[in-house]
Amino acid sequence: MDEHEHDHDHPHPPHAPGESIYDARVKALESSLVKKGYVDPKAIDEIIDTYKDKVGSRNGARVVARAWTDPEFHAWLMTDATAAVASMGYEGRQGEHLVAVQNTAELHNMVVCTLCSCYPWAVLGLPPTWYKSAPYRSRAVKDPRGVLKDFGVELPESVQIRVWDSTAEIRYLVVPLRPVGTEGLSDRQLMDLVTRDSMIGTGLPRAPKIA
Amino acid sequence: MTYRSHADLGGREESRRVVPEPDGAQFHAPWEARAMALTVAMGASGLWNIDESRAARETLPDYERLSYYQIWLDALQKLVDERGILREPSPLAPRMLRAADVAGVLKKGAPTLRTSTRAPRFKLKDRIRTIGGDLPHHTRLPHYARDKLGRIERIHGMHVFPDSNAHGGGESPQWLYTVCFESGELFGGEGAREALISIDAFESYLGPA
Repeated sequence: MDEHEHDHDHPHPPHAPGESIYDARVKALESSLVKKGYVDPKAIDEIIDTYKDKVGSRNGARVVARAWTDPEFHAWLMTDATAAVASMGYEGRQGEHLVAVQNTAELHNMVVCTLCSCYPWAVLGLPPTWYKSAPYRSRAVKDPRGVLKDFGVELPESVQIRVWDSTAEIRYLVVPLRPVGTEGLSDRQLMDLVTRDSMIGTGLPRAPKIA
Repeated sequence: MTYRSHADLGGREESRRVVPEPDGAQFHAPWEARAMALTVAMGASGLWNIDESRAARETLPDYERLSYYQIWLDALQKLVDERGILREPSPLAPRMLRAADVAGVLKKGAPTLRTSTRAPRFKLKDRIRTIGGDLPHHTRLPHYARDKLGRIERIHGMHVFPDSNAHGGGESPQWLYTVCFESGELFGGEGAREALISIDAFESYLGPA
């Protein structure tokens, strides 16, 4: 199998040419594996549906919103995130060993995987393209403030930046600071303020809409 | 033994910006979704483990030119070819993931925590120095954090050791620690307050300061 050989002399951006080649290759490999009895095609559909519809960053947003309003849950989340998150029904693949880290006025947490693309699937779903990209993986540890600027985030010099490189099977969830002026909001409304990027630490939660 | 990872990118010279993406964006072509799911399904077959899978990806010679799911698919193809899965007689898979079992299997995941069989060598706040030099095998100790002074910040129990598990050496669990460094120690110059950076490090990556 060397269909991608002819790409070798032509560096190209991700997702450029090669696409139809890969389309054909996935189909060929899947059908061979199905024929040999290694793969159930319905299982493939089921996995895709799971990460399209069920397991995504809204899981994490629900966890964070609850942590903002329920001090007991927050304490549990900070001491045993795996169990606290599992109690809300989110557990398993790429969330087997979770640690939650709390942002404060003095400390900003940010998560990366410089070696591949380890990411807490159980609470955030599949990682976005930038998280897996060379610019993020190389610069997040060496120039985190520069990376934050790429996301339009500038933090005061007094804020300590803390980067977590997920080099083993521990997965990290950032609990962002609850925005001011959100006292009267329901958990549902709070959830909508919690962006995916704010739970990776490359963004901040949305400001509440003035009612 | 020659082994070269093309995936160890932390701290590397890089002038490109990070391009943010809206929440919810997942796949940029339908084949990406199928490549992801096929990889997950075959990962559940028991024919190889996640560390062998990562090793197959990071040693792809054209790793840096491929997009993420191209890497996944090429690595899956490589494992299939290496194990002779499509040849006769093909090896028996320990399991086949059926549609009805997907939810249960994903919910269970593959925890790497193992029962502690010895005491940890280090305790919280201990000063350590990471090992240096070349590691000619799959490893989870990034280059930027080799031969550096850090401090033990968390202790996670004994976990499957990828350096062994990726090469047929078995799980050989080791104590796993979060080790924190100052950015000046890792990258020089910028000053200690610039940032704190941690890795999760297996015990054999660490020695006394």
